[in-house]
Amino acid sequence: MDRIYMDNAATTRVTEPVFEAMRPYFGEIYGNPMSVHSFGREARKGVEEARRQVAAALNAEPSEIYFTGCGTESDNWAIRGAAYANLRKGKHLITTQIEHHAVLHTCEQLEREGFNVTYLPVDEFGVVRMDALKAAIRPDTTLISVMAANNEIGTIQPIEEIAKLAKERGILFHTDAVQAIGSLPFDVKAMGIDLLSLSGHKFHAPKGVGALYIRNGVRLQRLIQGGAQERTQRAGTENVASIVGLGKAIELAAGNINRHNAQLAAVRDRLIDRILAEIPYTRLNGHRTQRLPGNCNISFRFIEGESLLLALDLKGIAGSSGSACTSGSLDPSHVLLAIGLPHEIAHGSLRLSLSEENTIEQADRVVDALKEIVARLRSMSPLYDDFLREGENEGQN
Amino acid sequence: MYTEQVMDHFMNPRNVGEIENASGVGTVGNAKCGDIMKIYIKVENDVIVDVKFKTFGCGAAIATSSRATEMVMGKTIDEALKVTNKMVADSLGGLPAVKMHCSVLAEEALHAAIQDYKDKLERGESPEAEIEEVKYV
Repeated sequence: MDRIYMDNAATTRVTEPVFEAMRPYFGEIYGNPMSVHSFGREARKGVEEARRQVAAALNAEPSEIYFTGCGTESDNWAIRGAAYANLRKGKHLITTQIEHHAVLHTCEQLEREGFNVTYLPVDEFGVVRMDALKAAIRPDTTLISVMAANNEIGTIQPIEEIAKLAKERGILFHTDAVQAIGSLPFDVKAMGIDLLSLSGHKFHAPKGVGALYIRNGVRLQRLIQGGAQERTQRAGTENVASIVGLGKAIELAAGNINRHNAQLAAVRDRLIDRILAEIPYTRLNGHRTQRLPGNCNISFRFIEGESLLLALDLKGIAGSSGSACTSGSLDPSHVLLAIGLPHEIAHGSLRLSLSEENTIEQADRVVDALKEIVARLRSMSPLYDDFLREGENEGQN
Repeated sequence: MYTEQVMDHFMNPRNVGEIENASGVGTVGNAKCGDIMKIYIKVENDVIVDVKFKTFGCGAAIATSSRATEMVMGKTIDEALKVTNKMVADSLGGLPAVKMHCSVLAEEALHAAIQDYKDKLERGESPEAEIEEVKYV
């Protein structure tokens, strides 16, 4: 039986054109880009071409693109770097309750170092509240960091509006665009973005490479100390092959957004529509329309997410869950709690995230499998029994 | 991350269901934490002649409930009380460290059911029970 991979928000497959672009950099082109000889210059050429490709995809200048080790590093650098570079202005940062841990844990660490951070609430669909943002801004606010789209529930944030507000108030704006690249078009100039994080493996480049866009004129404190790579701002020998792969992948992704979105949204809507119609006691988490085309996040009441994932895995279907059991903590997903879900419903969530390799037929197979698995797990669930009993009692009243 | 035995009990759980008018019922855990186990026992002449469970929880929670019920079936109350969470986990070939609390829940649910039975006896209530098989698909 063919397996079905619907966990593309976790990571994606390196596609053939990307792999082919990288291949020479494992073999014949092996110089260190910092070296002056021809071997080094060949490698340098690959890195600079990738920088140009990333810049073109974002409508930035190549000199504004810095390669990093991953999206998490980009987030750490943007937030910590901006916080420490603007100490004279103040020590207050604003972000949201639903950011990735790469942002949240960086902010929490900064709080321990004496900074103040406001974590903005979101509405029931996961959209950041603009009124709360306006109210949170203080004279000593130096940075606003809001993700472009959420990794768990796929909600797209009004980052253009936020960037505009930040600019009016003279505050830097960072966006974690890790989940959005390839689905949302970016024009950092027109949108007024100062800092943008991205990660290669979310759009078919390999794992272990990311980038940070730093608008010309924005000063960040360095995160990694060492050699003079990345115009002295990010030390460490360049991961040349992966950087080349990231460049190729973002070029392909940015040139294909419309077709990509139409194809993914069709499969996503098939999943959402069929699940909500055919499996009772389910709810869609996130916004119905303001959501990434490849994101389907559903809560199944009375069952727990990890058992759902295990049963799907036995049928060759890969997804993920916001249940505590899959996160290694006692609490379910902070994102699902922030949109107001009770714990027990958050525990029963399933995220299916798509790539262009997923089909309508696969969506149908997944829904058919879910119907069977959910019924089986509910038949074992004391919560479901209690619910049915209460339902009967209500009927008698 | 799970052993074959855990996956077997997860996919083919033994003794799923409820016992109508059970001799004892034990419920532990809570939905907030993502785990609830409910174990029903039917006791005749101090022997557990039937045991059923229902569990809301992860794969390990379902597997340990299933295995625990299997291990106490046919045992006397005293013998059943000697079944520990470690015995349940060991008999499943072990559990990941973060899942050991699931086996603790299984032990606690069982002990709660036995305690409920003992309380009923003390109150002089009849431990007679009717068994209802609950089929799951």
